[in-house]
Amino acid sequence: MRHGKYPLIVTFLVPPVLLYVVFVVSPYLQTFQISTTDWLGYSADANSVGMANFKALWNDDYVWNALKNNAILLALVPVLTIVLGLFFAAMLNMGGRKGRAGVSGVRGSSFYRTVYFFPQVLSVVIIALLWKEVYHPNKGLLTSALNGVGLSAPTWLGDPKTAFWCVLAVMIWSNVGFYVVLFGAAMSAIPKEIYEAVMLDGASRLTTLWKVTIPLLWDTVQVAWVYLAIFALDGFILVQLMTNGGPNFSTDVIGVRMYDTAFGSETKFGYASAIGVVMFFLTLTVAVLALRVSKRDRIEYS
Amino acid sequence: MTTLDKPAAAVAAPAAAPADRPVRRELGVANVLSHGFLLFWSALTVLPLLWMFLSSFKSNTEILADPWGLPAELRLDNWVRAWNGAHIGQYFLNSLLVVAGSVTLTMLMGAAAAYVFARYEFRGKQVVYYLFVGGLMFPVFLALVPLFFVVRNAGLFGTWTGLVLVYAAYSLPFTVFFLTAFFRTLPTSIAEAAMVDGCGHFRLFFQVMLPMARPGLISVAIFNFLSHWNQFLLPQVLMQGDESKWVLAQGLAALSVNQGYAGDYAQLFAGLTIAVVPVLLVYVAFQRQVQSGLTAGQLK
Repeated sequence: MRHGKYPLIVTFLVPPVLLYVVFVVSPYLQTFQISTTDWLGYSADANSVGMANFKALWNDDYVWNALKNNAILLALVPVLTIVLGLFFAAMLNMGGRKGRAGVSGVRGSSFYRTVYFFPQVLSVVIIALLWKEVYHPNKGLLTSALNGVGLSAPTWLGDPKTAFWCVLAVMIWSNVGFYVVLFGAAMSAIPKEIYEAVMLDGASRLTTLWKVTIPLLWDTVQVAWVYLAIFALDGFILVQLMTNGGPNFSTDVIGVRMYDTAFGSETKFGYASAIGVVMFFLTLTVAVLALRVSKRDRIEYS
Repeated sequence: MTTLDKPAAAVAAPAAAPADRPVRRELGVANVLSHGFLLFWSALTVLPLLWMFLSSFKSNTEILADPWGLPAELRLDNWVRAWNGAHIGQYFLNSLLVVAGSVTLTMLMGAAAAYVFARYEFRGKQVVYYLFVGGLMFPVFLALVPLFFVVRNAGLFGTWTGLVLVYAAYSLPFTVFFLTAFFRTLPTSIAEAAMVDGCGHFRLFFQVMLPMARPGLISVAIFNFLSHWNQFLLPQVLMQGDESKWVLAQGLAALSVNQGYAGDYAQLFAGLTIAVVPVLLVYVAFQRQVQSGLTAGQLK
């Protein structure tokens, strides 16, 4: 294998590394540098201002408001999505009646799995635009349904009190199906003998789920947790297209803040980069925390 | 529908195992409830899509007057208006072109790099590998501002080539990570046998290793296809200006904004439907591959 391997290594590695360094590594590094300047883009003059951008960030109420919304998303979206995902996955994989072969899914489980996964293959843009119409105060699906049964409906995305929760609901709606399939795949990897043994001991299905399945799935739940936490810190596309942070900044998130700062009416690139740096450290912290908090012993089936 | 099957199951089950009859009956109620919940979530998933589909055939008056009603006739002119008037057809083709390019490039470069990481030893290998995989940790947002200038200075701003290169670059971390793991699982004995038979390094890769890695390649390709097809942030920043070059996501977002002024809801619904239907059809046809392609990456 040794002879003449370098031509291949060079040809195979140089183009990807070049592409990656130019478009990924160098922008990441530049962000840290730009975040310490007052650069307004387009013109060449950028003065180093040290940590001034970060100090201004600390006193920026809009940024804090956006971060508060991200924090609520972070507290609710992962938990609710994982609980719903686990519940549905459990129903589909082991909710059926006990047959001789041990556990099985409910009837029609493959149909449910197919349908639940739909939002995952749709673009977030389409999900955002579609739900914006569903929430429409006049012709929307929700308002007319409520009016139909004689209830008065809120204005959904138009009301600062409800808008945030409407966006949050869409986030959960669009994610649950993916985790149903993910948890389902992990559940079907659990050896059947374990279930047979548990059943011989007379455990109910709820106990089985709580004491056997979920502990065995913990690795997957942990991965889900990290992904959903990162997702909750983003939320940019949904928010920008559904409400653009409004009404009255009630749905603003940090990604929209950054985008508006950089590509909105003013092009404060230095300040926007500082927001980007803060986002990076937040994401990193949240990912590490999520891994730490949910840490358990690894289980392997031999 | 499914709930109706339950009593039959409940009757059949005690006969098989009379010992846990009380448990069964108690679960019967729970079963109906949880089945109800399963159906409820299906409805929640399907209804908005069905509504979008039906509304794409309705007239604007029908949409406003009775959101839950059925279209009086199949008005295909909504689709024509969206396809031509709102240029959704053009954007659809643009997206296809960009994604075809970017997925091909990602797979070529990703597979090549991953193969080297998995099968060859050389100095500094670990450093380069972690340089790639480290990219998984960083949000695209962090790079957004400088990326804009990198692309502009390279003369690629507002071009499809720019999008293709950027999509591919940002997909490399995951692709390399996944495929390196996959190439490592392939048996070395076949490669060695081929080498003994005088097969060169390049031929070994293209004629022996790539075909063996097909399942892994397909999974990552599906994953990349969907993530590139659904990309919105990058084109919005890197493809401003020239509307004729927009990708589908941008076209739909613009259609939604315009619809707010023009009041042509039917056109928006038709545009959305045009974008959704092919993706859903492909998904339903290849759902097993799509589901495993999208979930496999997360489980590694």
